[in-house]
Amino acid sequence: MGRTLSEKVWDEHVVRSTPGEPDLLYIDLHLIHEVTSPQAFDGLRLAGRTMRRPDLTLATEDHNVPTVDWDKPIADPVSRTQVETLRKNAAEFGVRLHPLGDENQGIVHVVGPQLGLTQPGMTIVCGDSHTSTHGAFGAIAFGIGTSEVEHVLATQTLPQAKPRTMAVTVNGSLPAGVTAKDLILTLISKTGTGGGQGYIVEYRGQAIRELSMEGRMTVCNMSIEWGAKAGLIGPDETTFAYIQDKPEAPKGADWDAAVAHWRTLVTDDDAVFDQEIVLDAAEVTPFVTWGTNPGQGAPLGASVPNPADFADEQDRVAAEKALTYMGLEAGTPLREIKVDTVFIGSCTNGRIEDLRLAAETIKGHKVAEGTRLLVVPGSVKVRLQAQEEGLDQVFIEAGAEWRGAGCSMCLGMNPDTLAPGERSASTSNRNFEGRQGKGGRTHLVSVPVAAATAVRGTLSAPADLEPAFA
Amino acid sequence: MDKFTTHTGVGVPLKRSNVDTDQIIPAVYLKRVTRSGFEDGLFAAWRNDPDFVLNQDIYQDGTVLVAGPDFGTGSSREHAVWALQNYGFKVVISSRFADIFRGNSGKAGLVAAQVDEKVVQRLWDYLDDNPGGRITVDLEAQTVSSADGSVIDSFDIDPYTKWRLLNGFDDIGITLSHEADIESYESTRPAWKPATL
Repeated sequence: MGRTLSEKVWDEHVVRSTPGEPDLLYIDLHLIHEVTSPQAFDGLRLAGRTMRRPDLTLATEDHNVPTVDWDKPIADPVSRTQVETLRKNAAEFGVRLHPLGDENQGIVHVVGPQLGLTQPGMTIVCGDSHTSTHGAFGAIAFGIGTSEVEHVLATQTLPQAKPRTMAVTVNGSLPAGVTAKDLILTLISKTGTGGGQGYIVEYRGQAIRELSMEGRMTVCNMSIEWGAKAGLIGPDETTFAYIQDKPEAPKGADWDAAVAHWRTLVTDDDAVFDQEIVLDAAEVTPFVTWGTNPGQGAPLGASVPNPADFADEQDRVAAEKALTYMGLEAGTPLREIKVDTVFIGSCTNGRIEDLRLAAETIKGHKVAEGTRLLVVPGSVKVRLQAQEEGLDQVFIEAGAEWRGAGCSMCLGMNPDTLAPGERSASTSNRNFEGRQGKGGRTHLVSVPVAAATAVRGTLSAPADLEPAFA
Repeated sequence: MDKFTTHTGVGVPLKRSNVDTDQIIPAVYLKRVTRSGFEDGLFAAWRNDPDFVLNQDIYQDGTVLVAGPDFGTGSSREHAVWALQNYGFKVVISSRFADIFRGNSGKAGLVAAQVDEKVVQRLWDYLDDNPGGRITVDLEAQTVSSADGSVIDSFDIDPYTKWRLLNGFDDIGITLSHEADIESYESTRPAWKPATL
């Protein structure tokens, strides 16, 4: 019987397999940031262990870093200590670090692909759940906890039970103006936050093939939001073209050897998935969340649901709690919800294509009175590229704040937070209670919806905007 | 890691589904560089609410958390496990755990006992009738039981994690005993695979 893509990649990384034990998997790339690594390095020191492969490890500063005044010392002393601890650890153990001020500083899941370190067929881990992003290249990539970070530092391997396999097949093409973000939010609303649990998911079908690499990253990024172990997409010409000119891509004969291997990384025709979900791309519309987990979403054209309409009792109770927290009334059209802050950025939607799309929507418009728009590039390189294209000027002229690179308001570990009761439309990945600041209320949206919402001050799609002045 | 065989302690009902790791410990509490002291951030948003279960005297010494489905979803932060442990919890019982949370629990020595949804409900009923009631979790036998005997049922945990917890084995030490296998694997890796240095 044939094998699926994820089974092929898995099998290529098994160091040791014994019945009754998890497989020992080799890790090709270990990404590190300041929040989940200090205790892991400490653990190594305490046990007197060394780091096995600093040459397969890359560190960057992203979660805590300020997006203004990044050339000055970090004002919050606790954040500063954490970032300084990463710098000390990287120096002591010989790990390559891209610190604040470096052209390759930024969100770890933006930096890996932009350097060309993320390649098909790899195993990639990081102490961050959105490591699933790298699956867009046909890699098995997943988030790990700090004990596992320590394990990888010491051994470059991880014991892992083999997950089951699932296919998500998206037939047809996405309608114009509908993005990868709308697609993944639609899927999660159907599966719930636990629907992917225990599976490595392969996204396939025409609509997936038609996505750019950055769109594919958006889809794979949110695999964790429906509980999947990892999400991946078979590499193709789009993938190879994206990698080819990147700094760390294989060169010359190595490139040819790599591509020849990557072409074998496809799910065989006779392979069988343990589970399959089929979606029709044509039915996907701009999609937003109304609740406090990523599965609580609806088309922008719908209204806030009535909890009484949920058949499952737990869903009903969860919806009631969510509406109370979100300060929403059942039956209110989603388009009438007024938003205080719009956040464009994060490892979900903070890449150059996202900023281009945002600028295209907002060009010639002004941010609505009483609304603030934060545009936070995913990396310094994205920021510089956007400036080269003049996108920064579009944002600034519209009245937006053009910031430095980092995770920023996605999780509010730096000063970019919502105040209690403040409502956001956010291109990030989690609308959990308090995620963007204690008492903050988050609606997850796509980039075009975020940009249109900033202009109108209420949840909106670009089609809702008056024509802009040229 | 300490060995875990059996534990009896006060059960704490957390009647919510989808308790994500941002609820267990918000990001602003993750800035420490140590493994201790995270109890101050545990369920931080709810600790100001006098009705919240952990604010009731009778649950002060709680060690067995009985939670709704999809516990520990979201962020990979192991700090969520440390916060529960630092507070005093030894076991979390739920009908469904997020994968990363369950993995982190197994590494850090917190028992994540997966039971049928009906068992969670029966444990909640038991705790409603007997606030401050005790629950026993026997890892060897894989059973959870209430002190009054009204609930006794089995729980799921993967056999490898169970074996490690029962023996208090260090995962890294086990892997390092297979170093020859790692070296042999490394000798077969293609030269075009990327390196950072």
